[in-house]
Amino acid sequence: MKILGIETSCDETAVAIVEDGRFVRSSVVSSQIDLHARFGGVVPEIASRAHVQLITAVIAEALVEAGCELSDLDAVAACHGPGLAGALLVGVSAAKALALAADIPYVGVNHLEGHLHAAWLEEPDLASPLAVLLVSGGHTMVVAVEDHGKYRVLGQTLDDAAGEAFDKVARLLGLGYPGGPAIDRLAREGDARAVSFPRPMMGNGFDFSFAGLKTAVAYHLRGAPDSVPADIAASFQEAVVDTLVSKLLAAADEIDAPTLVIGGGVAANSRLRERVLELAASTGRQAFLPPPELCTDNGAMIAATAWWRLRLDGPTPLDSGADPSLTLR
Amino acid sequence: MRIRTPSAEATRNLAAAIGPLLAGGDVLVLAGDLGAGKTTFTQGLGASLGVTAPITSPTFTLVHEYPGRLPIVHIDVYRLEHLQEVHDLGFDELVGGDAIVVVEWGDVLGPLLPPDRLHVAFEYAPDDENIRVVSLIPHGPTWAIRVDELTAAISGFEVG
Repeated sequence: MKILGIETSCDETAVAIVEDGRFVRSSVVSSQIDLHARFGGVVPEIASRAHVQLITAVIAEALVEAGCELSDLDAVAACHGPGLAGALLVGVSAAKALALAADIPYVGVNHLEGHLHAAWLEEPDLASPLAVLLVSGGHTMVVAVEDHGKYRVLGQTLDDAAGEAFDKVARLLGLGYPGGPAIDRLAREGDARAVSFPRPMMGNGFDFSFAGLKTAVAYHLRGAPDSVPADIAASFQEAVVDTLVSKLLAAADEIDAPTLVIGGGVAANSRLRERVLELAASTGRQAFLPPPELCTDNGAMIAATAWWRLRLDGPTPLDSGADPSLTLR
Repeated sequence: MRIRTPSAEATRNLAAAIGPLLAGGDVLVLAGDLGAGKTTFTQGLGASLGVTAPITSPTFTLVHEYPGRLPIVHIDVYRLEHLQEVHDLGFDELVGGDAIVVVEWGDVLGPLLPPDRLHVAFEYAPDDENIRVVSLIPHGPTWAIRVDELTAAISGFEVG
């Protein structure tokens, strides 16, 4: 069964075709393809959130790469929340139009559930329950995953997401965008013990708070403008990673999870990956770290989740819309 | 009007004192450096308007909407580089509705801002890094008639 999945909740216009909820036949993300060539010289404002200008080209590219026609598809899925209302509607409308045209089911998928499914996409036999740390620019949470469709959010950020803290500290240090990879690189040359930044809410429940840490870095730089940037990057990164790892461990202990999983853009951070592997080894658990292309926003996670949702709930009615504030239930 | 808030808690309390003055359609424009208190202020505002969900930073996700006694639309234009992107966000529809609209880094929007709005600017106090100096600048006729109310609401706070 081939499902086309569309993801337009934030910056990326992404489309993938996944077979039987697990075999990725194609996965196209707008920032990765040469749209200038596709548009034959007429270049839309690619940097903006102009999903509407990109969606048709990205769908076509995903079909071509998978060697599919519209008539080969068995269902069409789109992320219907959480996210930006206007952006979500582009994906949802495109998916419904395709579903109507091809007379196949439409499935609306929760963006966060999609991220949780990214792990199964790569490794379908993970031992449950899973303790999942989902960290990106927009989200930071620990989730107990018992099975497909059975999730419990144990804790989440009360202010800034971890990825956002990375980007803002990168800005304070005068590093480029995106800030996450820039800090990751610079931190390798720095001393993580140079500055003892706070570990907010560590040892205190499952929720996160990173606004105070960001402010602490700002204070430090105001007081000591000659600080070595690599030391600040390393010390800051260590504070974030310490907090993330401790919450993941607390969650795993709480639900007695044999498997640790990370997802979201920050899951590409090399120090976090290293520490999660160490944590798994030292506590006798298995760790699963999906490849970066499955950690960041993509259409494959939407198509894979849709395969399970279709089995659990059936198709989503065509009169259902998008929900910018959708939560994980 | 300038107020000194000695802690994040005080910044939340200041916002909560202003909350009861607000009506649907009001726009608050928040300005100030990273970590100066813009999201903290919005949290206090939300609490005073009966928002129970945690109010988190919308920097990456751009727009958060919260139901409450009055709904709050929380926007952050920090990542946007062109005014066209603010249009793409549906800014005009967001500010035209029944919700209270809070725009972080909104001071850069210039001509896109409605004439009626409350500017809230946050600065680090030069003498103490924990203290913020918060400036409240009402703009437009709907705020002109509320200046006395606003002055009364913040009278319990230390003048900056």
